[in-house]
Amino acid sequence: MSDTGVPEGLPHETEGHAGPHRVIGTPPPAQARTLLGDGSDRAGDGALPAQRELPADLPDPARAKRAERLVAGLFLLSMVAGIGFIAAYVGLEVHSVDAVLRSNLALGLSMSVAFLGLAAGATIWVRHLMPNVELTEQRHPLHSDPEDRQAFAETFAEGAEASQFTKRPLLRRTLIAATVPLVAAPVVLLRDLGPLPGTSLRHTVWRKGMRLLTYGANTPIRPGDFSSPGGMITVVPDGYQDNLNALAAATAIIIKFQPGVMVFGKPGQVRGGYVTPNWTVDNIVCYSKICTHVGCPAALYEQTTHHILCPCHQSTFDAPRGAQVLFGPAPRPLPQLPITTDAEGYLVAQGDFHEPVGPSFWERG
Amino acid sequence: MSMTTKLLEGTGGWLDDRFHGARGVRTLFRKIFPDHWTFLLGEIALYSFIILLLTGTFLTFFFQPSMTEVVYHGSYTHLDGVRMSEAYASTLNISFDVRGGLLMRQIHHWAADLFVAAIMAHMLRIFFTGAYRKPREVNWLIGLALLTLSLFEGLFGYSLPDDLLSGTGLRITEGVLLSVPIVGTYLSYFLFGGPYPGNLIIPRLYIIHVLLLPGIFLALITAHLFIMFHQKHTQMPGKGRTNTNVVGAPTYPYFMAKTGAFFFFTFAAVALASTFAQINPIWLYGPYTPVGISAGSQPDFYMGFLEGSLRMMPSWTWDAWGHTVMWNVFIPAFIPLGLIFTGAALWPFLEQWITGDRSEHHVNDRPRNAPTRTALGMAAVTFYGILWLEGANDVIADHLDISLYLTTEIARYAIFIGPVVAYIVTKRICLGLQRKDMHLLEHGVETGIIRQLPSGEYVEDTRPVDEDALAVLEARQPPPSLPVGASAAGADDVPPPGMRGGLGRVRERLNEVLTESVPMDGHGNGYGNGHGNGHGDGHAGPGRAAISSGGSEQAEGTAEGQEDGPD
Repeated sequence: MSDTGVPEGLPHETEGHAGPHRVIGTPPPAQARTLLGDGSDRAGDGALPAQRELPADLPDPARAKRAERLVAGLFLLSMVAGIGFIAAYVGLEVHSVDAVLRSNLALGLSMSVAFLGLAAGATIWVRHLMPNVELTEQRHPLHSDPEDRQAFAETFAEGAEASQFTKRPLLRRTLIAATVPLVAAPVVLLRDLGPLPGTSLRHTVWRKGMRLLTYGANTPIRPGDFSSPGGMITVVPDGYQDNLNALAAATAIIIKFQPGVMVFGKPGQVRGGYVTPNWTVDNIVCYSKICTHVGCPAALYEQTTHHILCPCHQSTFDAPRGAQVLFGPAPRPLPQLPITTDAEGYLVAQGDFHEPVGPSFWERG
Repeated sequence: MSMTTKLLEGTGGWLDDRFHGARGVRTLFRKIFPDHWTFLLGEIALYSFIILLLTGTFLTFFFQPSMTEVVYHGSYTHLDGVRMSEAYASTLNISFDVRGGLLMRQIHHWAADLFVAAIMAHMLRIFFTGAYRKPREVNWLIGLALLTLSLFEGLFGYSLPDDLLSGTGLRITEGVLLSVPIVGTYLSYFLFGGPYPGNLIIPRLYIIHVLLLPGIFLALITAHLFIMFHQKHTQMPGKGRTNTNVVGAPTYPYFMAKTGAFFFFTFAAVALASTFAQINPIWLYGPYTPVGISAGSQPDFYMGFLEGSLRMMPSWTWDAWGHTVMWNVFIPAFIPLGLIFTGAALWPFLEQWITGDRSEHHVNDRPRNAPTRTALGMAAVTFYGILWLEGANDVIADHLDISLYLTTEIARYAIFIGPVVAYIVTKRICLGLQRKDMHLLEHGVETGIIRQLPSGEYVEDTRPVDEDALAVLEARQPPPSLPVGASAAGADDVPPPGMRGGLGRVRERLNEVLTESVPMDGHGNGYGNGHGNGHGDGHAGPGRAAISSGGSEQAEGTAEGQEDGPD
């Protein structure tokens, strides 16, 4: 639509002309002049132009006729496509994946063609049926005349005086004093958007003796159920498997290693690249699944390297070494959940995590 | 008088009797809109916004912004019996049970991506051509506000279906809020109505997405267009185009018809994309659960730079006095965004202060003619681009078969080195292009025709640059000069106000950098004075045509010599 190409062979006698002039026009008017006057017109004499400013006729009627037929064809195509759209809506059912795909194709295609026909038709109309014209309009400085500014300032000052706003500081100050609480009130109103956090970010729902259920199947696990060491299993606390608020903090993973792979620290040692020994069962370790970066589930596990990877921002944790951070933006290891087995031999928690899970926060310390 | 004319006059008369519009509307009809393909970028943004309003309204008729859990028994049998929120279930319903619902969803999503992309492209055009300069600074700021809001509008919008991918985005939003020092925990609890995810976030985002933000959009877009209309559009440099006129086609019928066609083109393009290119197939992701995630989770493109920023950051945190500062999240989430937006907001005013240029500008700059501005812009684009690429580093590592960690390591250096390199390279390119322009102006276009003179000398024929190209080449303004500063004035002279003290010296130094350009050789009053091969003045005088090759080389040498000289 950048059809401002300069037509060939136009006279250039206006070259170097200062001030308003008609730059390009087909055919040129009797004399060059501006469209909306040169400023005198602004005052509002209201006289309508005596002459035509836009050419009415096309230079090549035969070519125009061809363009006209093309545009009409495109508009007809658009109309047919529009009818097709309605027909596709009425005729095509949805309610299954295949049916939706068919419906989407028919509706989308007919809609696209309908719009394309209109768009292409209108464009050709402008480019080949409307006489090519380029006109010049004058700009005027945006700032007002000094007299107008002066008059404005006076009117404003007059109004201020008449309102007594400037003369009565008591009114002014009390008005301001009255608005301050009214501005603060809406902010106060937002207070009940949510409860105060308190210490809730420090705890999860894990309690002593709570069973670990495999996520999805919701079945408890015995250490013997691991036929061979290897994969990572997502576990959720028994009784909370459908509670998203609880799961957002309490979701954990268990990994079973070959004997001798895990690097144990001293009993009670929580951090520092070691698995806490008395928190594991039969070479099975349990970590929080919530990434300590911004809380995505650290869901990828590479069996050969024992790396746990968070797919969001690629924080990488070393599973046999207490899930310490190997790479990425996560600042802390995944907290380890102390586990043991209950009387029936199922894996259970010894209690809650010993530190807050998930992303850090200001009050974490 | 035909029937139509009578009808028009009747209607027009009826309206004019009541609204007195004849004069105003006639002026409106004849308002001139200049033409350039880059002026369409903003129109794309406007039209995608209209498409968003239309399709969005349709979607609200069927969407349930509720997190109440339901068990799905709908047409999409793969998820039969699965627990999900009503929001997700109703999105499945729109996709599979409402005729045209999937198409409307896809058009809405594609149009949203196009909206943000068009705003970005539009703003880059404005920046690189200097169209934000006086008197258009306010419109620049409004545009910046629109871009910022569009990012939030997009994020909130794609979070509404409550699918696994968008829910992960909300989880990251929670982590980012938590990282804000002092008030972060409260921000998160107030937004989510308690611990994440709660059951309030979808209805809250919904009302912001469909009412609050669109209302602000409408107000700002109206102001944006009204100001543009009132101040008249800028124009590209060209023959007959000056700072005091507007050259183009009148609104009625030309601009109206063209822009109407363009609306349909935009709609057609979005509809075609929505017909053939699937976007956000939420039924494949499944309903949101904080337990699950899919590999290759990536946000929409406009959030990619934040994603990359988060990925790139090392794991720095402070634990002190019982508090934790999460630099590892806070810095990447807020600093790049802050740098780009604050920088963009301040730039027009900073540039005015540095150059001391307080005049109105209505003819756009060619990017090469403002080398430092263009270089700064490219540095910002590179900065953004590296963040954005890092947001897809897993895809890049996969396709190039290199280590994932290596891509992040490279990005950590590139984010600092890249913009500097981009700045230097861009500035050199701009200065080189200026030199090429000067060469064209002084020596004309090389024709490739070699003539042997009677003396035996060979010369290449040149012909003068044609008028239209000449007008563009001549559009470069000499850099405005600051009042003489302390360093230039004699020791006893007192520098003028605004140039005193340390700030004055900084301003002077910045001015030198900002106005660095190829010298114009006294261009305003005749051509090629410095090289004077007998083509003193006259825009297209025949004297400019023939230049001996020897002279040409000499001129080249002179220009090179002046490259690093003082302006």
